[in-house]
Amino acid sequence: MAHDTTHGVHAGAKKRIWQVFIILSILTIVEVVLGIIKPDFLVHNDLVSLSFLNWIFIVLTIVKAYYIVWAFMHMEHESGSLRRVVVWTGVFLISYLIAILLIEGSYIQEIYSDGYITWDF
Amino acid sequence: MEATTVAKTGTEGQAWGGGEEQPLKASYGKLMMWFFITSDALTFSGFLAAYGFSRFKFIEEWPIADEVFNHFPFLHGVDAPMYYVALMTFILIFSSVTMVLAVDAGHQMKKDKVVTYMALTILGGIIFLGSQAWEWKNFIHGEYGAVETRSGKIIQFVDANGDRIALDEFATASPKDRTQHLAKNGIWFSSESSLNLLALEDVKRGFEANKTLRVRTMQITEEGEKEILTREESLLKLNTSGVGVIEGANLSQNEYGAPLFGGFFFFITGFHGFHVLSGVLILIIVFFNVLVGTYEKRGSYEMVEKVGLYWHFVDLVWVFVFTFFYLV
Repeated sequence: MAHDTTHGVHAGAKKRIWQVFIILSILTIVEVVLGIIKPDFLVHNDLVSLSFLNWIFIVLTIVKAYYIVWAFMHMEHESGSLRRVVVWTGVFLISYLIAILLIEGSYIQEIYSDGYITWDF
Repeated sequence: MEATTVAKTGTEGQAWGGGEEQPLKASYGKLMMWFFITSDALTFSGFLAAYGFSRFKFIEEWPIADEVFNHFPFLHGVDAPMYYVALMTFILIFSSVTMVLAVDAGHQMKKDKVVTYMALTILGGIIFLGSQAWEWKNFIHGEYGAVETRSGKIIQFVDANGDRIALDEFATASPKDRTQHLAKNGIWFSSESSLNLLALEDVKRGFEANKTLRVRTMQITEEGEKEILTREESLLKLNTSGVGVIEGANLSQNEYGAPLFGGFFFFITGFHGFHVLSGVLILIIVFFNVLVGTYEKRGSYEMVEKVGLYWHFVDLVWVFVFTFFYLV
């Protein structure tokens, strides 16, 4: 059989699955609870034009994504080359796309709000 | 036997079936699934980035998600922001767990366990789809209603405490006998949207009669809440710029705020839902193959692994949709 089916390794795989499930659940609960209470100091403090709260959401999401891809999709067992092909492509293209579109979006918003034309009449 | 998940592909001697040398040390099928997943991930990030663009463009008037998705089954009128979406997220994560357990059972050639876990995964997928349909229904029907203004913005109504109040709580429909214009009675391709029970006149009359009511605009204040006008400003706003009543949301009108929000909501969750639907269908096909023993005969459950990769990807996308639509 392809993957090691000796008893010890197998028990490890099962344990890992439940471990990851618990991590993902806890992260989701933290996100939802924060989203409901919205602590003031997290909402009103910014870091690079994004509130702390939103930073927390985004970082936790990326952590969740890491666990899903690495553990559930077995990326940790794939060869290094396959891992790099998939992950680097995604990370670079997506960061570029997001950066350029968000910068452009805020530029247009500035034009809307500071321009001489009223958009709400 | 080779040191990968596939024992024998039946393609020995062909380009990808040749011996121990596999490109990136993965079987053909799995590699192609990874190709697909990468391209699909880029598609989804394109959509989400476009959502981000539009949101930044209208950053001061975007709807607040807590107010849009605050329903929970069997709890009518209870404000339950995000509880249900959180539950949906758990259902999907859990179906991912049963999927990976099925893959794990496949590695050990335990057919019965593969069957059980796949059945649970399919069930989870179906529950998720149902929940999404329910979310759509709530969004399309709307809850409070709003008035559209001349500039294409909307205004909503709040009571003395600043709590939202539905249009039909203060306005009563006046009797009218107007028939809806249908395409079949008129010129080609011209039709009108369904008539609202309440007309703008009814809303204006109801608003004037209830002295405590005020108007809430789309504008988000420093506090991250929607701006509420004074009574005088409210009357002025409603009377001078109101043009029509909006109930619920569709692609061109949205009682919750910018119509663009509705467009993105339908498109992105719809596209994700379509992925879930395809996932469920493929899972069902593979499930029956497992039942009749196709993979048992083949000596490998790699097909379960491949559909598993797809299923986890759907979960992965949902994690991002959840964050960017409901949390941030």
